[in-house]
Amino acid sequence: MLSPSNTIGETGATLMVWTAVTLIATPFLWLSGDLLWYGWHQLSINFVVSVPQNAGREGGIGPILVSTGLIMTVCMAVAMPIGLGTALFLSEYTQNDQVSGRLIRGSLDVLAGVPSIVFGLFGNAFFCQLLGLGFSILSGGLTLACMVLPILIRTVEESFRAIAQDQRLSAAALGISQRATIQHILLPAAIPGVLVGCILGLGRAMAETAALIFTSGYVDRMPTSLMDSGRALSIHIYDLAMNVAGGNSNAYTTALVLIGLLLIINLSASWITKKWTTLNQLPS
Amino acid sequence: MDDTQSTSELRPTQEKAPGFQSWRPYQSAQQCCEPSTHFQAENLSIVYRKHLALQNVNLEINKGCITALVGPSGCGKTSFLMSINRLTDLILGCQVSGRLLINETDIMAPFTDLLHLRRQVGMIFQKPTVFPFSIRKNLEIPLREHGMCDHATLASSIETSLQQVGLWDEVKDRLNQPAQGLSGGQQQRLCLARAMVLSPEILLLDEPCSALDPISSGIVEDLIVSLRGRYTVIIVTHNLAQARRIADYVALFWAVDGIGQLIEHGPAHTIFQSPQHELTSAYISGTRG
Ligand SMILES: Nc1ncnc2c1ncn2[C@@H]1O[C@H](COP(=O)(O)OP(=O)(O)OP(=O)(O)O)[C@@H](O)[C@H]1O
Ligand SMILES: [Mg+2]
Repeated sequence: MLSPSNTIGETGATLMVWTAVTLIATPFLWLSGDLLWYGWHQLSINFVVSVPQNAGREGGIGPILVSTGLIMTVCMAVAMPIGLGTALFLSEYTQNDQVSGRLIRGSLDVLAGVPSIVFGLFGNAFFCQLLGLGFSILSGGLTLACMVLPILIRTVEESFRAIAQDQRLSAAALGISQRATIQHILLPAAIPGVLVGCILGLGRAMAETAALIFTSGYVDRMPTSLMDSGRALSIHIYDLAMNVAGGNSNAYTTALVLIGLLLIINLSASWITKKWTTLNQLPS
Repeated sequence: MDDTQSTSELRPTQEKAPGFQSWRPYQSAQQCCEPSTHFQAENLSIVYRKHLALQNVNLEINKGCITALVGPSGCGKTSFLMSINRLTDLILGCQVSGRLLINETDIMAPFTDLLHLRRQVGMIFQKPTVFPFSIRKNLEIPLREHGMCDHATLASSIETSLQQVGLWDEVKDRLNQPAQGLSGGQQQRLCLARAMVLSPEILLLDEPCSALDPISSGIVEDLIVSLRGRYTVIIVTHNLAQARRIADYVALFWAVDGIGQLIEHGPAHTIFQSPQHELTSAYISGTRG
């Protein structure tokens, strides 16, 4: 049935697909292999909990993990309600062609493309100086919140829009108010999307360096309040690799921890999506 | 009020849950009710942006009767139904003009309490639209929204409404399971139970059987017949045999030059046996439409 030229085309296509796969997989495998090779031997509970010494060349990353956690908490605590509110506004209270909706969507698209260093400078000017928050975990978290909002809003809005219009119409036909429809029908149905949006935003914030350099600062002591400066994981890696001679080995191990955390975050996003779809699927 | 009196003996399948076995054509359609107008449309026109979907419809619908709306696709039947509970308000670019009276009250008036209106007028869509939650939650949401909070009352209302649609025995052991796990016919009956749980006066049914197999369709049809006298039912159907079986009154809509119009309206036997309009006779004999 297959003519020879067809078989050749087939082989060529297969070859191309595999080349593409290899090209994409290689850097990832290389990177992980590299990190594991240089970082794994140092990774221990002790490294994760202990205090960095000698500018980070020795010791661990305990306070840095705590600062990172706090920055992320501030970021998500601020970004989640604002993001959810905006997404609801965009999907439920504006039509696609309405000016307010277009304006907000347009600005979000622009914001999503702004380099993170610009967010860093903005955060420094606005939160650190204008609002007088100084170099602090609070400034860093707020800056990151601004940065993850576009991606968060877009994902959450999509998950609201994915709910069929039928559901809204049947709710309205039952005399259920719009507020109650959102609260009892749309929100529960959109929860997986909302969670995935938050987790993706969190992942993006976690991997961020440039936006934090000028806002949360470098201090690697254990933070005692949100007004303390605190060093995030990515900044720690950057500092060890660029500014501290002999810091490479600890930089590798820290990077391993960061990649591990990002992996966990992304896996949990897909786990939630999967869990939720099977939950809502017909168990006929 | 004495409509319900006079029709009380005409509820053949109300006592027991309707099943397919008990299905039979309903013959004595014309004597269902004392004619008394429940709903009235005067000069109703519906426009979608620039497109006139329905023009100058004047239609009176009698209390406690089953009125079937028939006509080819796109002639504005769904639009007409959605204007009765003002669901057209939710459709972008849709404008309704004219007067719509329910019990002589103009529901197009500004400051009409839409939540109350929609509680009074239940609607079932062409495709079953259960909420993606458990069967129980599907019924609880509208009840709670209309102020019922007591667990015992909730449970008994849920049971009654499921029994009304003959679904109770099929689902009583799985009330907490997702409603999407039900078959299409069961979902449609759940939607009907959900609309009826609020005890509306008028039920709008938009092709309730079109997505169903003949057996489920028979069950739903039986159920609709059992509502005669207690509810004013307006049903859209493409199935003329069905209209013949269940309807007391029939209204034929037609898109003339793309504009939907009411062509003829009257008691079912008149429409089917001696139609006045040539379009009607062509449609019911199957030569057009
Ligand atoms: N949301 C909408 N926006 C624009 N035009 C619409 C909309 N809904 C319906 N229409 C138009 O209005 C006319 C009537 O539509 P409607 O859905 O009421 O017809 P129908 O009689 O219910 O048809 P069917 O039997 O196929 O369900 C059609 O020409 C359709 O294109
Ligand atoms: Mg329709």
